[in-house]
Amino acid sequence: MTLLDVQDLSVMFTQRGREDVRAVDGVSFDVSAGEVVGLVGESGCGKSVTSLALMGLLPEKGVKVSGRADFDGTNLLGVDQRTMRDLRGRELGMIFQDPLSSLNPVVAIGKQVTEVLARHRGLSGDAAAKEAEHLLDRVGIPDPRRRLKEYPHQLSGGMRQRALIAMAVACRPRLLIADEPTTALDVTIQAQILELLKELVHQDGTALIMITHDLGVVAGLCDRINVLYAGRVVESAARRPLFAEPTHPYTRGLLGSIPRLDSVRGEPLNPIPGSVRDLLPWVEGCAFAPRCERVIEACVEAPPALIGGSHQYRCVNPVLGRSAGPEHLLEQE
Amino acid sequence: MSEGLPRENQQASTAERSGGMALTQLGKRKIEKLERLAELSAINAGERGESLWREAFKRVRHNPAAIVGAVILAIFVLVAVIGPFFVPYSPKDTRWIDQVSVARNIIPGPSADHWLGLDHNGRDVFSRMVVGAQKTLLVGIVATAIGLFFGCLLGGLSGAAYGLGGKAGRRLDNVLMRFVDMLLAMPALLLAVSIVAILRPSLVTVMIAVGVVAVPTFARLLRGSMIAQSNAEYVVASTSLGVSRPRIAFGHMLPNSLAPVIVQATLTLATAIIEAAGLSFLGLGTPDPSEPEWGTMLNDALQTFEYAPRLALFPAVGIIITALGFTLLGEALREALDPKLRK
Repeated sequence: MTLLDVQDLSVMFTQRGREDVRAVDGVSFDVSAGEVVGLVGESGCGKSVTSLALMGLLPEKGVKVSGRADFDGTNLLGVDQRTMRDLRGRELGMIFQDPLSSLNPVVAIGKQVTEVLARHRGLSGDAAAKEAEHLLDRVGIPDPRRRLKEYPHQLSGGMRQRALIAMAVACRPRLLIADEPTTALDVTIQAQILELLKELVHQDGTALIMITHDLGVVAGLCDRINVLYAGRVVESAARRPLFAEPTHPYTRGLLGSIPRLDSVRGEPLNPIPGSVRDLLPWVEGCAFAPRCERVIEACVEAPPALIGGSHQYRCVNPVLGRSAGPEHLLEQE
Repeated sequence: MSEGLPRENQQASTAERSGGMALTQLGKRKIEKLERLAELSAINAGERGESLWREAFKRVRHNPAAIVGAVILAIFVLVAVIGPFFVPYSPKDTRWIDQVSVARNIIPGPSADHWLGLDHNGRDVFSRMVVGAQKTLLVGIVATAIGLFFGCLLGGLSGAAYGLGGKAGRRLDNVLMRFVDMLLAMPALLLAVSIVAILRPSLVTVMIAVGVVAVPTFARLLRGSMIAQSNAEYVVASTSLGVSRPRIAFGHMLPNSLAPVIVQATLTLATAIIEAAGLSFLGLGTPDPSEPEWGTMLNDALQTFEYAPRLALFPAVGIIITALGFTLLGEALREALDPKLRK
């Protein structure tokens, strides 16, 4: 059953004297309970803005949000802030990229956790403390009773992220948005955090939107993947078909640029040429065209549409057939 | 993850030091430095960790200026709090008036009986200085507390409204800040004098006047600091958890914004003492001229300044040293809490 149905989400940043910036441009996807959907792309492709828009965390000034995001019958983009404040934390949870700056440095962990419990579940005093302890224990923080009294700077990076996750899932939200939850952590901790998220999704039937630039993370966790480029979905498929047959040249480029342990020594890495700044506005053609190896005349004549059935892609000259590449990532699960 | 490491470091260096008779001076110093480093990181990853404030305190302790300031203040506070119980004579006692002859320019100087001599009314200057210290401390603290309270009220409300309140909040902030600007536009002493003129001179009035003068500084400071905090990521994170806005403002942003305000309070104590003395000097303080107050004493000393300048010197030095003590400590605190100077 679809829990969140995002239709044609667009976010535009406006500033007087400057041209409007379309950070997110007609993005559509849906998430069901217990499902993990990935939003993947380089920095600046609009994935974080998408998550902030869904949570209603974008500033009001200078931002135009359009489209629909139906969450169990409520359009998240249409409700007022009061309703949104009730939904946030209780129905919607969010995990941020940098666990250190997302925790208040001068407030003890325990207080930050119990605050959420007090707000949405009306717990206070001993009951709240006990529940907070239980939550920290659940996300795998050893000796939770002691940790509750500590301050963020006394925890290690991994533990901070666990504490943040504990807060986000304190009220068992039905939808969890994780915005690059592992980027600030080292690799061993990354794996632990991903494992934890997987467990939470599995146990609670939470829907998870995973935002990341790391295809390794996606491969290990996501059921369905949306690849974003310059604010639009360029490819959308279930995990296996995406890794087995990446169709959009951008997806293929992303997958191809992952360094492999078993590649020949001294062989150069395969980056995607150029940077996200070298893009064409979508109205004139394919935004990826300036960086694309397979660019043809048709790419810059009209903006390509999203085509295909369960495996959708936005390309007029797609790569068809199996990839020689990175299926090994799938074996990580 | 590196929790075990610093302690090992420390152990290693301690071991080296115990067998370190042969070590050169330089080597020793290096080891000491390492040890201190290890101590620091041990604190960071420590089991019984400490708050930012305690870390700041540690840094303050290594600052010589701060220690000087702290010692001055400790002596001052000690004298002000318990001194009045031990003074040899009552500060208002004019028993020795017969030793003084203002007409013939005779005022007895320091002696065994009167450590700092007598004043023009034949009172013991030492006793007056000690009891005056108490009044000075009281005025400084109460005045600063008044400024702190109302300043924080205005500034906290303004900053929270501007940072989190949207359009309506910005309007509220605008109204409050224009009021603060009005206070700020008036010269401090003029404002204080006007307040005293309205409320009749007394020690309490001096406290109120000096406190009001400090309000705009605190208000602007806390407002700016709150607005800066409102963009912090933990505010977004708290918002994403549905925490209410007043709670975010006063439970999260306020504690993070207080550091500069507390530093400013220490510095304000210094100016408050100077301003209070200034008001007393102008005769706007306590209406009872026999009340021992440093500013009043300074004014009294004017009459006899030509032949007994020491009578002006004592309260002046008292005021300067106390203000210096607060300033030194305040500056050191500011440095210790400055995130840019923090490692």
